[in-house]
Order: sequence, then structure tokens, then C-alpha cells
Amino acid sequence: MAAAAEAAAGGGPGSQPAAQRRLRILSGHLQGSPASRAPEAERFLSPSQCRAGGAAERPVASTIPKKRQEILKWNGWGYNDSKFIFNKKGQAEFTGKRYRLSGMVLPVLKEWMEKTLGASLEHKITSRAFLNTSDVPPSIVNEEFLQDLRATKISYSQEAEDRVFRAHGHCLHEMFVLREGMFKRIPDIVIWPGCHDDVVKIVELACKHNLCIIPFGGGTSVSSALECPADERRTIVSLDTSQMNQILWIDEKNLTAHIEAGIIGQDLERQLGESGYCTGHEPDSMEFSSLGGWVATRASGMKKNIYGNIEDLVVHIKMVTPRGVIEKSCQVPRMSTGPDIHHFIMGSEGTLGVVTEVTIKIRPIPEYQKYGSVVFPNFERGVACLREIAKQRCAPASIRLVDNAQFQFGHALKPQVASIFTSFLDGLKKFYITKFKGFDPNELCVATLLFEGDREKVLQHEKQVYDIAAKFGGLAAGEDNGQRGYMLTFVIAYLRDLGLDYYVIGESFETSVPWDRVIDLCRNVKERIVRECKEKGVQFAPFSTCRVTQTYDAGACVYFYFAFNYRGISDPIHVYEQIETAAREEILANGGSLSHHHGVGKLRKQWMKESISDVGLGMLKSVKEYVDPNNIFGNRNLL
Amino acid sequence: MAAAGRSRLWAPMYSQKELTSKKRDEFEDILEERRQSSDLRYAMKCYTPVIYKGLSACKPSAIKDSVLQSEQVQYVIKQLSKEMGESTDIIQEEAIEILDEMGHNLHIGVIRFFAFSLNKIFKRLFQKVCVNEEGIQKLQQAIQEHPVVLLPSHRSYIDFLMLSYLLYTYDLALPVIAAGMDFLGMKIVGELLRRSGAFFMRRTFGGNRLYWAVFAEYVKTMLRNGYAPIEFFLEGTRSRTAKTLTPKFGLLSIVMEPFFKREVFDTYLVPISISYERILEESLYAYELLGVPKPKESTSGLLKARKILSDNFGSIHVYFGQPVSLRTLASGRIDRCPYRLVPRHLPQRLSEDIQEFVTDVAYKMELLQIENMVLSPWVLIASVLLQNLPAIDFELLVEKTLWLKGLTQAFGGFLEWPDNLCANKAVTSSLALHSNIVSLVNGQVVLNDVGMEDGATEELVFKQALSILMCGAYRNQLLNVFVRPSLVAVALQMTQSFRKEEIYSCFNFLRDIFSDEFIFFPGIALKDFEEGCFLLTKCDVIQVTPQEILVTEKGNSVAVFLAALFRPFMEGYQIISRYLSKETKEAFTEKQFILGIRNFAFQLLETGSTQCYEVLSSDLQKNALAAFVRLDVVKRMKTTNGFTYTVNKEAFNKTAEMFDSRIPIRKLVTARL
Repeated sequence: MAAAAEAAAGGGPGSQPAAQRRLRILSGHLQGSPASRAPEAERFLSPSQCRAGGAAERPVASTIPKKRQEILKWNGWGYNDSKFIFNKKGQAEFTGKRYRLSGMVLPVLKEWMEKTLGASLEHKITSRAFLNTSDVPPSIVNEEFLQDLRATKISYSQEAEDRVFRAHGHCLHEMFVLREGMFKRIPDIVIWPGCHDDVVKIVELACKHNLCIIPFGGGTSVSSALECPADERRTIVSLDTSQMNQILWIDEKNLTAHIEAGIIGQDLERQLGESGYCTGHEPDSMEFSSLGGWVATRASGMKKNIYGNIEDLVVHIKMVTPRGVIEKSCQVPRMSTGPDIHHFIMGSEGTLGVVTEVTIKIRPIPEYQKYGSVVFPNFERGVACLREIAKQRCAPASIRLVDNAQFQFGHALKPQVASIFTSFLDGLKKFYITKFKGFDPNELCVATLLFEGDREKVLQHEKQVYDIAAKFGGLAAGEDNGQRGYMLTFVIAYLRDLGLDYYVIGESFETSVPWDRVIDLCRNVKERIVRECKEKGVQFAPFSTCRVTQTYDAGACVYFYFAFNYRGISDPIHVYEQIETAAREEILANGGSLSHHHGVGKLRKQWMKESISDVGLGMLKSVKEYVDPNNIFGNRNLL
Repeated sequence: MAAAGRSRLWAPMYSQKELTSKKRDEFEDILEERRQSSDLRYAMKCYTPVIYKGLSACKPSAIKDSVLQSEQVQYVIKQLSKEMGESTDIIQEEAIEILDEMGHNLHIGVIRFFAFSLNKIFKRLFQKVCVNEEGIQKLQQAIQEHPVVLLPSHRSYIDFLMLSYLLYTYDLALPVIAAGMDFLGMKIVGELLRRSGAFFMRRTFGGNRLYWAVFAEYVKTMLRNGYAPIEFFLEGTRSRTAKTLTPKFGLLSIVMEPFFKREVFDTYLVPISISYERILEESLYAYELLGVPKPKESTSGLLKARKILSDNFGSIHVYFGQPVSLRTLASGRIDRCPYRLVPRHLPQRLSEDIQEFVTDVAYKMELLQIENMVLSPWVLIASVLLQNLPAIDFELLVEKTLWLKGLTQAFGGFLEWPDNLCANKAVTSSLALHSNIVSLVNGQVVLNDVGMEDGATEELVFKQALSILMCGAYRNQLLNVFVRPSLVAVALQMTQSFRKEEIYSCFNFLRDIFSDEFIFFPGIALKDFEEGCFLLTKCDVIQVTPQEILVTEKGNSVAVFLAALFRPFMEGYQIISRYLSKETKEAFTEKQFILGIRNFAFQLLETGSTQCYEVLSSDLQKNALAAFVRLDVVKRMKTTNGFTYTVNKEAFNKTAEMFDSRIPIRKLVTARL
């Protein structure tokens, strides 16, 4: 889903059952932090009368507490204890204990920031340390509604911190506002339903009192989807699903699990893992994002090649709308009953209702997991190889191709080498690839791989993939490089906060594109960013890079990062937005889609009509009109 | 253009107004250095041009292979094979033949040979070859950034030799050049040209889908690879009249396609203006225009042309214009890849939007060429002389030339007055350079061959026409700079009115009629009119009020001169319209029309009932016919062997009236101010 943190898997050799290892690390996040135990008490506060039957006799607490700010940053990405800093020696360091990189010194990061972005340690701006509650717009809630709400015994809060925390996602401009200003409009009240029935009650009350509901899951949106419409006059209710986080039952015969939609990715996988199962759905934001959020945005997971995207995983959805509850009457793999109603729900981005419960496919945890990487002489060869792998339908669980700039960025995040021997080995590898094989260090690019399954099959599969790669000039470059590649994904989200301290702003965006246009699109979009920066008066060359993150039969998903140093620009956010718009225009001009998995939100609404045609938009509008005529779900996303 | 209106709002506009304040680069004479060093050393110099994004050069044979294997060509081969029931192998063979016939074979040895011999030839033929070095620097920059398309003006065979020679001299990547197939007829030279980077295209191949596919893909492959700039002539052929010809769109749309498909980020279009003080083929062109067919290009013909080597052809000015980014031009107009819903290799008809865009770009580039065409003193002299036949006093000629110099500069013309020579000397040396056309007899400047009493009248007319057409080709160089104010002047004369509205409608009529003769940016008649008025106002020729346009007392002579400058065209079209309405019956072909009008005009000239020799120019005749077709008073119909034309008499007479009833009167109505 969002631009985001993926839990880095542990560092052991491939012989360990790797999936379990990954889960262990994820649960390590929980164990390691005393803060995360706090919500235990909280749990009993929430009414649990609706937890009837099912497997969930004993409610399990979420890793993320109700008071999110207790362990998560209020003005940046991720956990409070994890961040990049420059230590006293002026070296970059990643704090905390949660991740593989935690507590490590990154000796070359500073130089990379100086060289690539023109950042300098001398030019620093610090965000304010605390939220100034007096800036926060007051909570305006009608007393009659509050009385009705109290009668339901559903937990709620009107505190400023709770409301601000749910007023935003993780777009750059939202972070900027948190650091330096205040949102014009934020939710007036946060409500935590504990189960489906609670949601039904809340929606009924909202209809009765004419309120506006904005559902909130993990808060990792990067499409301005959570932003409150500034001109919304009604009371805005932030409906936080985080307390609906139970696995209600597991059906081992059909390999499905019925789960409340508020559960977040890491909890879901950990809890299923205790029974020996997984969903295999791992969006980069899985530490924080929720099942309901995945459904509402049409999420895509890193390992979709084996497990599929959310639309392939979902068997049944229950959603509460102002018209009532929508669901199918049976839990079947497929049915021909007109257009699939799930497809009105998936991607509806909170405009139609709240997803409360989902039945999702589960799989036994794979026996073996192995990372890998391949170096290609250039991006073109790399893309050709990915295309061939997709053609032969033998893509590993995950395969990603990063371009040269991102490859070099990966190197900037190398921790201090433990021994002379390792650094000698690194040097030798570099020599082999650049001198012996003649790869240009400024052209070469790397594909990172993740294999999963039976040990034997994985090894066989691995060979097949490496053989294809060899035909395109690819050289196997080791497990370690592969693993670091996947680590990059989560690190980059934390890194943005560091950049913001040094006048560097950055963002990511994605698209999907037919195979034959991948290379043209990547080149043109990167070039467009560089050109726009120059035209808009950005004084330093931007960091503009991409990777192919998913392969399909008919095309690929491409992910871009871009960052620039805004020193000398008076209105960086405006400049940034212009550049982002230009980049999206370029994507569309090159035959790419408006979004592969981030969704539309409010950020990309302007291109919806062109993307799905007038009639298409009209169809969606008429569904909205029927389901929610009074626009109770008034976040104004999508349409 | 039906869909003008809206989209043209974003059209890349042309503004002569801005031209008048524009600063142009300085010229350097490159022959000077050459004259002082060894030709051989020059030919063997270290030649390491920078290329696009440091791409490694690619062998011509590899390009041919990749063209042949391309999806585009393979697709057409399969289609044809399906339709004609032939095996794909046979069609593939055909494609290979086309490629071999067409493909260039750039070879550095040949380049050095050319460098050596061109050096010798140019030093002999020309006094100076002047280049704006700033333009070269910009080009060098452009070549490294994006694929580059060179768009030179086309006045002579020398054009592309000269360009390659210049690029070699400045250590720039040599272009591959789209040349007409006629060159292939020249045995050795054809091959030499091929090896110096020329590739050949048939003049017409609209119907042959395989040829089109192979050719288009060949051009695009070279462009996408970015390994050499592509060079071709927008005008399609050498302009025999030295007026810029209306653009051809085929090749331009091919080179724009990789950008439309976003196969390249951008493409630079570089307008290049090559101006000759004396055109090598001047007399050849005049003969051609009069209907004496042009000799087929042949090597022996070229050898015979050696005698011209002893002649002096003055200076050449080559102005490399600012590279124009296609992306910038397209921004706001063609924002989406038109191929989003079909595979990019499928042959696709260009959408109307794109066609219109290509048209606009073509005109824009030609106007940029015109803008940087250098005008020599002789151009001014010829213009004055043609209005003062049969003879003009030398002193008067100098005076009028100087006056015209001022006017030309005020209109934004790019005059190069040689080394601050005094007017007297400049005129004298120009007359000397063009002594084949004019002579100075007893203080009077006259056209050669005039006044010879012997010979049949027909021959006299012919000779007179020859001189006038040759002279006219130089005057023509002035016309595109003068056309806007001049047509306002003509309109003032024709309408005999002060009313702006009426004058504008007449201007619009003329602009439309003459849109094959002169280059107007499509769809901006009002702007052209305003610019014409602006320039005239600036020179105090007219005064413009919200409702009226008034000619000032002292501006009268200027207005008369401006109108007279275009008189040959006005009269020529009048004669042709008279011919069409009176002399033609039935349907006729273009050939019949040209023969007919030629005889008709000869009679008029012999009897002395007109002095408009330029009506004999086949160029003018064809343009007039095209104009009447455009006005819908002549119908053009396709038949099995070409086109036939019929005159719609009723409609025609109305248009003819527009011309005839308003025969320009020399005197203008001047307002008493």
C-alpha cells in the first residue's frame, strides 16, 4: 500500500524456515518495546459484548495502541524510537531496536546526501517537538449526538491529539503541515467501534444526525484520502477501525479466515502464524496498514506472484453503508451473478461505507525462503529479463528491478563493515563486476529476488530464474544484496523525515504500464522530473529514480522516488506539487495508469474522468448516489 | 482547416513584430582559416564528434537489420503477405531491396575525401562562408541532449554538402540526409553521397505501403538511436524562385512520431537558413520555370558544371537557428500519447489534432528559416531595378537601395551589408558579382539582353523573361519579410477605402489567394494584418484609428513601392484568371493548363498588352491554379492518370471580378493630415 515501511526480515541464512523468521522479527517489534504492552489495559475498556462465538474467545490486543501517539510519531513516519539521526561524530545512524538496521552506523549516507542532493549538515531545520493544542480547530459535536453515542457505550475521544493524528495520511504536504502549520479542518470526534454491530450503530447515528464519517484504518494513505474537506460544515467523525482486530475464525478445510477489518498487517500475519498459516499479503506498509484499508484501496502485496493482490485474496466482504449492510450470501471461490459487487467495494476509498469483516484466503507458511539478487549491465537488459520471466510465468514470490541511482542509494545505506575481510570481499566483488565483466558502475542495475516454498522447489526455481537472467547478461550477486534491497523499501519512509530536517523533500509514486512501454516511461518520467525541477528554480539536481516492483503477464508496476533540496525556494510545497503533477502527466502521456495500488484519494482525482471515461465515472457516481445519497461518507475521495 | 479556432489558441505563433527587435548572432567566416592551412591536413584532422548521450556509434548494416526486424516492418510484411497471398519471404526480400536502395553508408574515408575536395571547391567558388558560431554551440549542446532534426532551407544542391562540410569542420556529428532518388541516377556521385551519409527516398511513394513502412522505420530507428542527426528539407525540393516553398509534412510527421509515441523524451528541431549571394543554379532555375526541362542529374552533367568553378559566387551565410524543443511546442496541445490504446507498432492514421499540429510546426519552422535568411545588398538592388525597367540611373539606384535598406531593417529583415562598405561601392560590387544579369551602360543600370533588336519577338520575350525571372529570384528573397505590410498596402490600393473592416477583408482575401506563394502561419490572418499595420505605422506610412486606416502624405511613396513589389503576382494571377474564365472549356490537366497559359501569356507579352513577364513562371502558374482550387472555383478531380480540372464559370467570374474590377491604381488615396 502506502510508501512505506516493510518489516525487514531477520539476518539468518536461508536454511532457517524463513517465513517464520520474518514473523519472529515482526513480533520482535512488539516484544521489544515496553510501550506496546500498554494497550493491554485499554482493551478491557472497549465493550466486547459483540465478540460472540467464533474463535476469538480471548481478544488479542493490537501492536498499535488506541492512543497511537504513544508509540508512533505524530509528525513523521513509523515508531517514535526508530529514526535516522546524525550522531556526534556527524555520522548517520538509525536508532531503536526494531529493525535490522537499528543501532547501526551508516558511514557513507552523509556523503551520499551531500553529493546527490546537495544537502549539508549546516543547514538544518527542526520541526516543533510537540503539537500545540491551542492551534487545533475546536471539536464541534452536537450534544444530542453525544448522548446517543454514550448510550451505545462505544469508546470515543474529542482530544486534540487523537483528532489531529487521524486528520492526515503520509503525503509530503501533510507532513509539512504537521511540522510547521495546522490543518484547516480535522475530525471533530474519534470513535472506536469494537465490532461490526458497533459500526452499524454509528452509521445509523450519523444518518440520524447528518454527520460526516471518515473511516480510518492504519493511516498510511498517500493520496490525501484522509484529509478532511475544508468546507465540510457537518461534524466529522473519524471512525477508527483499529479495535476491530480479531481473527474471528479459521477454516482449515477451505483455507480461509474470517477477520475483522481493523487488524493491521503485522498482527494478522503473526496471529495466523501461530496456527501455521499466512495470507502472504505483504504491502510495504504492512506494519501499520489494515485489512479494511487494503480492501478499500485495492492494495497490492510484495509477494502477489504467489498469493495474489487483495482482489485475488478476498473471498467475502461485509461493509456497512448508509443503505444497510452489503455482503454476498455465501463464501465461494467464484460466482456468476452479474458484476461482482466486491468490485464496487474494493477501491471505494471510504466513499460508500466501512468494511467491517473480511474472509480472506490463507496458506500454510512456506517451508523455505531465500533471497537473491542479479546484477545487469543496464536497466534495459534488466527489464527485458523481467519481461521474459513474466512471459515464462516463473516469477519468484517477489522480483524487483532497481535502476542505477537506487542501486547506488542502496550502497549509501550500507552499515559499517564489521571486518577488513568483508570490505576486502566487497572490493573484490566490485572489481569482478566492473573490471572483469565490464559493467559500467553508472549503468548497472540490480534485481532483487525472494523465493518461497518447498526447499527443493525453491532451489529448482532459483536455478531457472538465474538461467534466464544469464541470457540477459545478468550475474548472480548474492543473497545479502537481495535482502538489503528489500530493506530499502521500509528505510526510505523513515529517511524522508531525516531529509525534511535538512531541506530535502521527497515522495514516492507508482503506476502500472504495458511491458513495451516500461523503459520509455521510466526514462521519460525521470527526465521530466529533472527538467521540471530545473524550470521551477530548484537549485540542486533532484534525486529521481525508479524500480520495477511487480511483474504481470501484460505489464509491470513501476515505483518512482524523487527528492530534492529546496534551499533557496520560498514555497517548496507548491513547487513540489507542480513537479508531482507534471510527473503524473508524463506517466499518463506515456500510457501508464493513474495508480497501480496507492489509489486516487483527493490527490489524483483530477485525472479520474480521463482515466475511466465519462460514462465510467457516471456509473461510479450513480452507485454512490444510491448507496449514500446524503454523502455521510463524505471524505470526497475518488469521484 | 475547419477545426482552427480552439486549438490554434495554443499554436506556436509567429510574430514579425518581435522580429524587428530581435538580436541575431554574429557571423564568422570559416573559409578564412581554411585558406591559410593545408586542405589535406584538414581532411585528415582528428574527427571525434560528440554524440547523443554518449551512445556508441552503430554500423549502418546493424541499423538496416534492426529496421528489417522491427515490429513495424514485420507487421506490414505479414499484412501484405496475407492480402496478396505471397509468402513473407518474398516480401521480406522486397523490403531488403528497398533498404539497400535507400540506406546510407556513412564512411569516414569518404567524408575526408569530401572534406578535401569541398574545401578546394568552396574556396574557389565562394568569397566567404559565414556561420553563426553561437548557433553551432547550441547545436552541439542539443545533440548531446536529445535526438536532433536539422531543417535547412533548400536553394541549391550545395545546401547539404555545405552543411555536412560545416558540421565536419566544427567536429559535430554528421547528419544522415533524406535526399531525392534522382541523385542515385548519378553513378559514382550517388554512391559517394550515400557513403557521406545521404539516404534516398522516392519522391512519391504514398501508395506503396511496404516502402512507406520501411522508410518511416528507417528514419525513426536512426532518430531513436540518436546516433546521427537527421537532415531533410521541409520544402521538399529546391526552391526555383528563392521564395520559401510551402512545407511538406510527410517526413516531418515521421520524425515527430517517436516523440508522439514517447519513445524519446524530446526531439530538437533546428531551423537552418542558408542564403547565397549568388545561387549556383540561377540560370538553370529560370530556364526550368520557363518550361525548358531541367537536365537529369548525371555525373557528366556535373563535370560540365565544372566550368562554373571559374566563376565567383560571392558569400554564403549559414545561420543555425535556436534548437526548438518539440516537447515544448506540443505542450498543452498533444499531451497524451495518441497510441495509448493500440500497440505502438501498428501503422496508424494521424488524428486531425496531430495533423494540424504537424502543419503548424512545419510553418513555424519555415518562418524561423525565413527570419534568419540573410539579405544581401543585391536583393535590394534587384527589387529596385525590377520596378524601374528598362533602365535606371546608377546614382538613383544607389539612393533607392539605401532607402530600401532602411525600410528592410525596420521590417526586421536580416541585412548583411558587407564590411560597412559605402553604398556606392556595395552596389558596384554587387553589380559586378551579378554581371551575367545586369550591366552598367553609360551610367545606366540595365538588364542584359535587353534592347537587342534582332531575333524573333518570341525569342526576345523569352530572353527578357529569363533575365527578369533571374532578377526576380533575388527580389523574392525580400518578399516574405515584406508580405504583411505589403498586402496591407495592396488592400488599401484595391479598396480605395479608409474603413479598416473593408481593408481587412481584402487583406484576408489576398492572404488566402497567395497562401501558396508566401508563408503564412495557418489561421492567424487577423494577427498578420495587425502586424502589417504595426510595421507600416512604425514607419509612418499609415495611421490606424479604431475604425480607419489612413495613409499619410509622406507614406504614400512607401505604400506605392510596397504594392508594386507584389504587382507581378497581382497581375500574374489576373492574367491567369482571365485565361481560365475565357480560354478554357472542358476538363484540362495541369500540363494542358501550363501550356495554354504560356501561349496565352506569350501573346499578351508580344503584343505589349502586359509587361508582366513573371506570369510565364510555371511556379506562379501552378500556385495560382492551386489557389483557385482552394477557393473552390476550379474543381479538381482524380482520374486514372492524375488529376483533371474544370472551371466553375459562375463562381469563377465572381472571384475574377474581385481581381479585375479592382485593378490596382497606382495612386493611393491619402488622407489629409
